[in-house]
Amino acid sequence: MSAKNRPGPLEYARRWPMRLWVAAVLVFLYLPLANLILFSFNDSRRTIRWEGFTLDWYAKMLGDAPLLDAFVNSLTIAAISTVFSVVLGAMAAIALWRFRFPGKGLFDGAITLPIVVPEICMGVAMLVFFGTVMPWPRDLVWPLDLGAIIIAHITFSFPFVTVVVRARLASFNREMEEAARDLGAGELRALFDVLVPHITPALIAGGLLAFTLSLDDFVITFFTAGPNTVTFPVKIYSMVRFSVTPEVNAASTVLMAITVLLTVLGMRLQGSDVTKIQGGH
Amino acid sequence: MSGSWRQEKPAFFMVLTAPALWIVLFFVVPLSVIWAYSFGRTLGLTEVDVTGTLANYQRVFDPVYLLIFGKSLVFAGFTTAICLVIGFPYALVMTFASNRGKVLLLLGIMLPFWTNLLVRTYALMAILRTEGWINSFAGLFGLGPFEMLHTNFAVIVGLVYVHLPFIVLPLYSTLDRLDRSLLEASLDLGAGHLRTIFQVVVPIAWPGIASAVMLCFIPALGSYLTPDLLGGPDSQMIASVIERQFKRANDWPFGAALSFMLMYLTLAALLVRAWQDRRKQGQEQAA
Repeated sequence: MSAKNRPGPLEYARRWPMRLWVAAVLVFLYLPLANLILFSFNDSRRTIRWEGFTLDWYAKMLGDAPLLDAFVNSLTIAAISTVFSVVLGAMAAIALWRFRFPGKGLFDGAITLPIVVPEICMGVAMLVFFGTVMPWPRDLVWPLDLGAIIIAHITFSFPFVTVVVRARLASFNREMEEAARDLGAGELRALFDVLVPHITPALIAGGLLAFTLSLDDFVITFFTAGPNTVTFPVKIYSMVRFSVTPEVNAASTVLMAITVLLTVLGMRLQGSDVTKIQGGH
Repeated sequence: MSGSWRQEKPAFFMVLTAPALWIVLFFVVPLSVIWAYSFGRTLGLTEVDVTGTLANYQRVFDPVYLLIFGKSLVFAGFTTAICLVIGFPYALVMTFASNRGKVLLLLGIMLPFWTNLLVRTYALMAILRTEGWINSFAGLFGLGPFEMLHTNFAVIVGLVYVHLPFIVLPLYSTLDRLDRSLLEASLDLGAGHLRTIFQVVVPIAWPGIASAVMLCFIPALGSYLTPDLLGGPDSQMIASVIERQFKRANDWPFGAALSFMLMYLTLAALLVRAWQDRRKQGQEQAA
């Protein structure tokens, strides 16, 4: 190897022991997932040996009415919770970025707390809240019966939207808004015509994040859900407890495909803001 | 940058009212209710009399629960330590990678992170089973089969699997801000790589490492699903006990006290972090 190609003193990314380490970490992270996807196509009930390719498990999944119901519930909850989370999250971000007000630190803290609170604590808090303080009627028509779960999901999702939107607001040029004001736009007009277009990528990225978080949540939903409001993860949980079948693999693969797609899309849209957010909290 | 709220009252109230009301009604109130219950006594099925008693917290220190708390701390501690050892080199490579490499490595660690927790745990179950991959592989060498699923070992593997991104992401954001000339100086002056890492990188990046450790330790401590699915009867963690109080055992005040033990730890960690941030800011201003 010539001296030119030898890694420089700080080029850790080019040293082979480090590369080997990273490769091992990636194998550790991806091998179980790859195994899960692979065996969702396996033509055998017992999920040990490869017996040939089949789509039977996916077909079986499509014929499983309770599983599909749970899936539709999950998508509905995620969609509604995303809309609310984006609006609330953006409002909170603008309030925190734009204004100084008494109790700002407190508000900031209260809004960051749902991100860090252990899921189990939030889960039991929601269980008690919807059990005693604000009992959610049991026999409402669909989708109103999902109300309690939707409220819980909005509560843990919108703070994440706030984080994403705040990162984007940091790069906003206030002079633009002032220019709009000078040209005769009212406060609100300036807000909607100048500020909102600037944060649109963050709104979309935050929305995708909220959607994924909602679709993924198990613990908090598990505590908030009644016996008749089953979501996709809760359904998979009961299937996993019951037995390990290729059908669970197929359902998991579908869920995984949706989240991965949305996440990659979200990261794309956020572009350079991504690294900032990681550092943000 | 920010103006006072008085200057633009309508706009201010328009953006603040809804999120503030939401967070108070659906977050602060539910948590406060649980907090109040932790000082209460069970009356009926869902009735709790808040008497201001400390009996629930005293019960937390009952040997049975103390043991589970201790075990949870050990599980979370091991998990954090292993994550740190595995994750630090990964974050280091990420820091010194090309821009494209950075994005790929970030994606590499983010994708499993955004994959459903349940799906990831289930995926691990298939690998760790007695008929799983690891045992077939060990079988080739005439080893095993090892009983891995439903053991404490499986719980630790699962916790590490799930929490690795929690440590890599904040570590990366700390290491990325590091002044590289200090590392170069250390290497120029003859220190080896390991010595540079332990005597230069670690002391400078210490606040970031500490906060990464906290970001990993707290969620690991409160894990519910991983010990539930991967663990055996003796690998219960604190969250399972909390769940039981709210469902089968129906002792809400005690469950509330247990979950608030977790909350107190979380809040303490947050306070330490805020204090560190403030001290750092103070130092920067003084410099």
